[in-house]
Amino acid sequence: MDAIILQILNGLDKGSAYALIALGLTLIFGTLGVVNFAHGALFMIGAFCAVTLSRLLSISHEVIDETRTDFLGNPLKVDVPYLYDIFGETTGAAIIDWAVPLSILFTIPVMILVGVVMERGLIKHFYKRPHADQILVTFGLAIVLQEVIKYYYGANPIPTPAPEAFTGSFDFGALIGFEPNTIIYPYWRLVYFAFAAVIIAAVFAFLQFTTFGMVVRAGMADRETVGLLGIDIDRRFTIMFGLAAAVAGLAGVMYTPIVSPNYHMGMDFLVLSFVVVVVGGMGSLSGAVLAGFLLGILESFASMAWVLDTIPGLNQIVIYLVAIIILLVRPRGLLGRKGVMED
Amino acid sequence: MSKSNFTRRGVMKSGALAGAGLALPTIFTGASANAFTNEPGSGSVTLGFNVPQSGPYADEGADELRAYELAVEHLNGGGDGGMLNTFSSKALDGTGILGRKVEYVTGDTQTKSDAARASAKSMIEKDGAIMITGGSSSGVAVAVQALCQEAGVIFMAGLTHSNDTTGKDKKANGFRHFFNSYMSGAALAPVLKNAYGTDRRAYHLTADYNWGYTTEEAVRSSTEAMGWETVAAVKTPLTQQDFSSYIAPVLQSGADTLVLNHYGGNMVNSLTNAVQFGLRDAQVDGKDFQIIVPLYSRLMAKGAGENVKGIFGSTNWHWSLQDEGSKAFVKSFGTKYGFPPSQAAHTTYVQALLYADAVQRAGSFAPCAVVEALEGFEFDGMGNGPTLYRAEDHQCFKDVLVVKGKENPESEFDLLEIVEVTPAAQVTYDPGHPQFAGGSLGSCNNGA
Repeated sequence: MDAIILQILNGLDKGSAYALIALGLTLIFGTLGVVNFAHGALFMIGAFCAVTLSRLLSISHEVIDETRTDFLGNPLKVDVPYLYDIFGETTGAAIIDWAVPLSILFTIPVMILVGVVMERGLIKHFYKRPHADQILVTFGLAIVLQEVIKYYYGANPIPTPAPEAFTGSFDFGALIGFEPNTIIYPYWRLVYFAFAAVIIAAVFAFLQFTTFGMVVRAGMADRETVGLLGIDIDRRFTIMFGLAAAVAGLAGVMYTPIVSPNYHMGMDFLVLSFVVVVVGGMGSLSGAVLAGFLLGILESFASMAWVLDTIPGLNQIVIYLVAIIILLVRPRGLLGRKGVMED
Repeated sequence: MSKSNFTRRGVMKSGALAGAGLALPTIFTGASANAFTNEPGSGSVTLGFNVPQSGPYADEGADELRAYELAVEHLNGGGDGGMLNTFSSKALDGTGILGRKVEYVTGDTQTKSDAARASAKSMIEKDGAIMITGGSSSGVAVAVQALCQEAGVIFMAGLTHSNDTTGKDKKANGFRHFFNSYMSGAALAPVLKNAYGTDRRAYHLTADYNWGYTTEEAVRSSTEAMGWETVAAVKTPLTQQDFSSYIAPVLQSGADTLVLNHYGGNMVNSLTNAVQFGLRDAQVDGKDFQIIVPLYSRLMAKGAGENVKGIFGSTNWHWSLQDEGSKAFVKSFGTKYGFPPSQAAHTTYVQALLYADAVQRAGSFAPCAVVEALEGFEFDGMGNGPTLYRAEDHQCFKDVLVVKGKENPESEFDLLEIVEVTPAAQVTYDPGHPQFAGGSLGSCNNGA
């Protein structure tokens, strides 16, 4: 029982990431009709926004410490961050410690800009082309972005820890009456889950309760009519692309303490996120979120030791197996609407 | 408008001529002039450095390349001479190899066996490389070693830790200076016994490829021999990033020790996850939970940050060693590049020097002469104490370092501390040891 609870918890954070990426994918697909294979790269760029900010905050000047020596026996050069000079050592260290949450503020404008540039600069030229072309060009873009990141940040994962206050784990088991130490769950993963829930709620609220959201939803349902009413739907869709990029970027920022950012982390999420979109139902936002959590938890269950002993490697294919079954039973996916991708 | 004279027939004719022209040198050299593949002329000799310049181990590859450039500089008489001054063999004198200036070409292995073979092949066939060296993966090392054997050039392996490189996949033209999984297990076991006792229940997470298997086997057999029990051994895919679903069941299995048979990014992520899930603070039956990383490197320790503190592992070499050879190498590398060398840099630098020295002593670049000069060669002054290149399997036998993540690092490079230097005798095994069984060196190949 405790093992099952643990794996459900475990699936939640991965599910959160899938849900956030799939949500962005669905937004883009629903509004612009583009299958965006560069969406994983946006997740990765978001993660590297956190890396960049934590590096910016740690920009230092050298102070020579005569009392100590470096590896060659010369006086040791100690790097002192400028923040220490400005705010004093305690506050400076605290700001650097909180680099990941602070990156949220930094990431939103950066990602919206990246999204808008991507859409205006490249993707808009492919609206009238077949989906295969869109997939090829966005996939190519993903590879380019990946290599650019690798060039500047290197190939090795870069540790980006959560603030000190969130580095521990809490004993979830003891809380619900199990033996101590049986269900341990890191604080940061809880934070991630809560964060994802807030973002998802915010996106839904934005689409549901604002005039802008209403126009976008109308555009998703019937683009031509909305255009005929004199509304510049293209501009709004561009903004939606930027918004979807920001959602993916935020998913990436907050994921950095869970997996140290590296240049190919986006690709690893991308394929699974597409399966999530298809399982959830093309064009269905709530389907994407539901399927994200569902598949995240399923994957987690399939990695349990006794499952792997029985069927080795199941955890790597379980998502695809379930996708096949769901598509056989419900060809439009869990919450798919009629008419999407069917003409 | 200009008129083009191209016709299909014309193009075919000139193509055939050009082809014949290109093939000509090989036709003649094959028959007469050269006694072995890529015999160098009197002016210079070309070495081929085949390292991962892209892909997951690119940082290690970059450090290997720096070390090779330094080695070439020293061989040609530049810089401060580095380990040439401390090397027990005095055959090399800074005038290149056998009077020829050392030049080099580089290839990108991408940490993929096929890409590594293609780049090695290109360096041998197009650039005339007389020797291939480098790499940061056992899969790559085994593949390139086999290619060099067929082509008739020497292969001086870089960072490869799987038993198979000098075990079931050993080749007469291939040599490994780096230590191996068996040695890690043998060196770690006594230290672990002292630190954690003989009554432990270990849970292994193992990278799902060649190196992971031999490391798991080596650590299992040496820890089981001292009384530890292996609760479970789970294979993890090489591409895995989030190990939480593998880590979560560890405590529930009743294990009190986690062995991470992971390298590079895998290790960074799995260790980070293990620490996040509170394993390091956990207690099982009154014992503190422990984590072990059999193969450590400073680059990995840097990636894992704070999480490596207090964790045991083994390494081939570390820049903080205080012998003359290590000091000389750290000084020349550190002065040139501004940071200390990694173990990957060390082993590749040493391999380049050992090759040059063997050629010098043999008086010939012919692979079979070099093989003879390296087999059974004993040397010192290269940072690992007295070392033997064993003739039976072309594996170096030397002291192995057991290290621990440092609790209070003094600088960004000061991440590991050496807790024990395990003497070579303690990690030496019989060439027919079951973990190395199968395969044979065969006979050396001069190619051409």
